[in-house]
Amino acid sequence: MAMLHIVNKSPYETGTLESCLNHAREGDTVLLIEDAVYAAMKGGRAANALSAAKGVKFAALSADLKARGIGEDRIVEGTAVVDYGGFVDLVVANDKTQSWL
Amino acid sequence: MKLGIVVNEGPYTHEASDTAYNFAVAALEKGHEIFRIFFYHDGVNNATRLMVPPQDDRHIQQKWSELAEKHNLDLVVCIAAAQRRGILDENEMKRQGKDAENLAPGFRISGLGQLIEAGIQCDRLVIFGD
Repeated sequence: MAMLHIVNKSPYETGTLESCLNHAREGDTVLLIEDAVYAAMKGGRAANALSAAKGVKFAALSADLKARGIGEDRIVEGTAVVDYGGFVDLVVANDKTQSWL
Repeated sequence: MKLGIVVNEGPYTHEASDTAYNFAVAALEKGHEIFRIFFYHDGVNNATRLMVPPQDDRHIQQKWSELAEKHNLDLVVCIAAAQRRGILDENEMKRQGKDAENLAPGFRISGLGQLIEAGIQCDRLVIFGD
């Protein structure tokens, strides 16, 4: 029963990513969209939290990375970059979705 | 797969309307069925045909209406949220004694039961908001 967690706010603005990581289980995927893509930037405090979440997969939406000028070379290793089609595939691949609004 | 979408944020606020729209387009391109798109809370503001964004900006309401027409989508606006924010169809205009209606083509006003039904009928329900 894998779940897709969708986070859309920067971890430097709200606590939704932290809440999400406290609930995500092994096998789940966390998709970072909109301002949440800032969480995937190398060297940020949030990047450590991503690395520490064992067994949880991470993905970031390519259009939102691009809109913020974050090149793929600047995001933490292990974070998949997906387009909107990839977003749809993640929704389909997981049994449930949870938006952390 | 049968998908349901909920939009809880108004247009031109952060990104929720745009993200939801792009998600819907991608899902349709992949051959999935969109059972319903439910506009709730400030999301009902996506449904006013009176919005006039600058010409070089995207027209979010028109994009929804065109997508609905092209794919025969069911765009449902929550009635209680709509009344609070002045989104009325012709029927509501008469019922409330108002002098105008502003519901855009392709949208319809209905109740929360439509959201519950989407939750039951859809394989996945994806929520976009603030």
